Amino acid sequence: MSLDTRTVRRIAKLARIGLDDQEAEGLRQELDGILGWVEQLNEVDITDVPPMIGTGLAKPRLRVDVVTDGGKREAVLSNAPDRADAFFTVPKVVE
Amino acid sequence: MRDMTLAAAREALAKREISAVELVDHHISTIEKLDGDINAFITTTPDQARLAAKAADEQLAKGEGGLLCGIPLGVKDLFCTDGTRTTAGSNILRHFVPPYESTVTANLLKQDAVFLGKLNLDEFAMGSTNLTSAFGSVTNPWKRAGDDKKLVPGGSSGGSAAAVASGMVLGATGTDTGGSIRQPASFCGITGVKPTYGRCSRFGTIAFASSLDQAGPMARTLEDCALMLEAMAGFDPKDSTSVDLAVPRYVDALERGVKGLKVGIPEEYRSEDLPAEIQALWEQGIAWLRDAGAETVKVSLPHTKYGLPTYYIAALAEASSNLARYDGVRFGERVPADSLDMMYEATRHAGFGEEVRRRILMGTYVLSSGYYDAYYLRAQKIRTLIQRDFLSAFEKVDVLLTPTAPSAAFAHDEKPTDPVQVYLNDVFTVPASLAGVPALSLPAGLDSKGLPLGLQLIGRYFEEETLFAAGRVMEKAAGFTHRPALFAGSAA
Amino acid sequence: MSYRIEGATGTWEIVVGLEVHAQVISHAKLFSGASATYGGEPNMHVSLIDAGFPGMLPVINAECVAQAVRTGLGLNATIHLESRFDRKNYFYADLPQGYQISQFAHPIVGEGKVLVELSDGTEREIGITRLHLEQDAGKSLHDQDPTRSFIDLNRAGVALMEIVSEPDIRSPEEAGAYLRKLRQILRYIGTCDGNMEEGSMRADVNVSVRKAGEPFRTRCEIKNVNSIRFVMQSIEVEAQRQVEIWEAGGTVDQETRLFDHARGETRSLRSKEDAHDYRYFPDPDLLPLVIEREWVDALRAALPELPEAKRSRLEAQYGVSRYESGVLAAEQTVADFYEQVAKASDPKLAVNWMLGDFFAALNRTGKSIEESPVNASGLSELLALIKDSTINGKIAKEVLEDMFETGESASAIVERKGLRQVTDTGAIESAIRDILAANADKLAEYKSGKDKLFGFFVGQTMKAMKGKGNPALVNELLGKILAE
Repeated sequence: MSLDTRTVRRIAKLARIGLDDQEAEGLRQELDGILGWVEQLNEVDITDVPPMIGTGLAKPRLRVDVVTDGGKREAVLSNAPDRADAFFTVPKVVE
Repeated sequence: MRDMTLAAAREALAKREISAVELVDHHISTIEKLDGDINAFITTTPDQARLAAKAADEQLAKGEGGLLCGIPLGVKDLFCTDGTRTTAGSNILRHFVPPYESTVTANLLKQDAVFLGKLNLDEFAMGSTNLTSAFGSVTNPWKRAGDDKKLVPGGSSGGSAAAVASGMVLGATGTDTGGSIRQPASFCGITGVKPTYGRCSRFGTIAFASSLDQAGPMARTLEDCALMLEAMAGFDPKDSTSVDLAVPRYVDALERGVKGLKVGIPEEYRSEDLPAEIQALWEQGIAWLRDAGAETVKVSLPHTKYGLPTYYIAALAEASSNLARYDGVRFGERVPADSLDMMYEATRHAGFGEEVRRRILMGTYVLSSGYYDAYYLRAQKIRTLIQRDFLSAFEKVDVLLTPTAPSAAFAHDEKPTDPVQVYLNDVFTVPASLAGVPALSLPAGLDSKGLPLGLQLIGRYFEEETLFAAGRVMEKAAGFTHRPALFAGSAA
Repeated sequence: MSYRIEGATGTWEIVVGLEVHAQVISHAKLFSGASATYGGEPNMHVSLIDAGFPGMLPVINAECVAQAVRTGLGLNATIHLESRFDRKNYFYADLPQGYQISQFAHPIVGEGKVLVELSDGTEREIGITRLHLEQDAGKSLHDQDPTRSFIDLNRAGVALMEIVSEPDIRSPEEAGAYLRKLRQILRYIGTCDGNMEEGSMRADVNVSVRKAGEPFRTRCEIKNVNSIRFVMQSIEVEAQRQVEIWEAGGTVDQETRLFDHARGETRSLRSKEDAHDYRYFPDPDLLPLVIEREWVDALRAALPELPEAKRSRLEAQYGVSRYESGVLAAEQTVADFYEQVAKASDPKLAVNWMLGDFFAALNRTGKSIEESPVNASGLSELLALIKDSTINGKIAKEVLEDMFETGESASAIVERKGLRQVTDTGAIESAIRDILAANADKLAEYKSGKDKLFGFFVGQTMKAMKGKGNPALVNELLGKILAE
């Protein structure tokens, strides 16, 4: 399976990473190379093999329903690249 | 003080032969002397360190203080530190100051350690050369004989390894996703431990690949690492993958010896491509353990060859999702634009370096519709097979011995241009990461050009103590006392 | 009851499935310790976990899991002892992590069913496909600034249950009945307040149309409809739109639409063709969610009486009708109120008064039963006064109104206004005689056979006695006197 630049662009769009034409072609070649390399995994027989989920050593754990956090607005907003009073901001979204 | 181990410094502090302020000042001045060449630090915090050292001295004077009281350490810049800039080596977090402390660093502070600053790394821990940091590459303090070329320290914990090797700190935290502690430890001639997945909390450590990331200590000796790991490890209810098991005193395991211990030598780690020097060193390691009373056994880990591609699929898929939060909205750098999507695209293009962008795209691709089963799900199933390989090997043997890396440190300009060739650096370290088993690397000798080479021990889940015991036997036998060209002692 | 659209090419039926997002009642959020309380100052109920800060990790809130299990039990659904949280990856301004943690592949609750009752008295079973837990996103405010949208993350991370129905619904009325029933069950169990105005319950509506016997045609999803009325309206207009497209020879595109209630139409959301590749995968920060059978059993044992069971019991225990039990069991608080009154006074009298004058008074004053100035013991006291003939029914209506206005007790009002019923036969007899004397002409007509005038004399007597005459005695004495 060979990757085309259209697919690279679609993926970049999904990942919200801007690309110029030159980059798209460079990435296409690199990603194509990596995909070719990982293709060797197709030779492994995975019939009836479950996917690995952790080491199986951690026990499922639930938290008690008490409020222990929040009320730290300044900390939450302290790194905001742009803020308006108590809000984060983004370029206006037209719905 | 110039060539003191962490353990020796502890003793000297306890006996008040030196003060914590003296110890910390010495290391700060070493940083001032050496770091211009090495670039191990992204941020230094000398004023905070001196204050902490003073406080440590007060405690030491009263005969109090924690396990690491007054010990100068460096922190990989992937651990969030409350009030101290944390960058992950990325432009996107160039000015990020976390209002919280990672559990691992909080645990070290609880034991009264003194932090000298934040250590350089591959951007978001993605790399094995430390050439991808937005804060400049790190230079390995070692030099090839008769050659002044700048060598890579390995990665991603390259700043940590270089800082320890050059004597700028007595120990450093690292994180290991596919070899990021062990490989730079090997390249820089120090010791590094990747504990069992779930041993150290991931809370507050910037994620690369959640199912693989694990913090661990990097220091001069196994004893130093044992002390640090005791402080760093522990159950954390804030990390759902943390395991609720008591933390042993790892130093107590150091002198257990290896009599009767069964050491497995995985057949699949042998290859014709492996440099003869490394092959020979491996044989040497086998001999050391055998001489000390261990039994060595050939074992098979049949899925080893699939480790690397499996690792890259699993790690990059998770990374593509983990790094979605760097969107220029709540923290981090933003490139302004007229629309939300344009802002995202410009911010993430400018904020992430080339390797990180490549990995995010690769990870996005393998998760995208129609490919989940073919890539991510298949990779997670092969992980199960790799895990089973280890579990069945550990029915026959107690530890595995392998080389840490397929080469010694190489020069900055010798990095292959093909990403896949770069990924091959992790070939020996990745399988243990995939299975979540503990592993360590210790310096075992020098190659013909005078560069350090490491050997790797891999153990059963939560049997780090066995690794320390077996490692200690090799450490003694190796008697590795070589020091790099750039070193506290030689820099004056 | 069949709902059909008569088109030019024939008769169409509609196929509807609902995805209801119900906000879980809990103190803290699904994965963080921040408050899940509605409202609050912007970004106040936010932890660094909710804001997706680097290195922050989720830990599951046990109560949210319990609420999902309780709801599943209330929907007669299968509870999965092992479920899993996945990441649904997409970028949006109010989605801090860049993904929503949701149960995609393995939900905690599987198939169930809900019985709905329609206005003609027929009942239908609507299948539940699944119920899963997920986190809510934050809120974007678009009207605060000319160039920027503002983001408030107070809701980010609050637990939601997404309850997905089978495409079993065949009319707007059924959709409304289903939503009302679902809301009733959630409120009974206490897992969601069902408040659609505050957004704690919202629905995505999947609509398609087909001719009888056909397989399903393409459906459209109407997003985020926030009232039962709008759900019903949107189904109507969307189905009509689709019929028109098909009949004009076109095809309906599968897409997401919005319901514009002001214009009474649905319109396409700008198509985001790539946006639907969510790249689901199991969240590696969380282990599979494993719960114990015993725990589920304990939750089941502690469930309150559910609406259907309560209706049957009210009918058996108090002799109320099927219709009356439906009204009383609509809300737990109403049923509880009724049971208190019925036990303290008389079950029949209690249901008549509650469904009649009491509800009318609540409606008039715009109050809910919880806010009612007349509580259960107050109403019981009033009914006791009727029962022991201290006042008659007509006076009681006046007293109830007074109780709503002043908050005084029934007996205090009766005393203050001197409304005690007159049972003194002498006084009643003399009042009757005065009326007959003043209406000699009517008396003559009565005597000549115009029986209907009996009622007129009763009315006049009661009026003369300012309504306080005991109606039974008035009737009895009037009969006696007229027969003289």
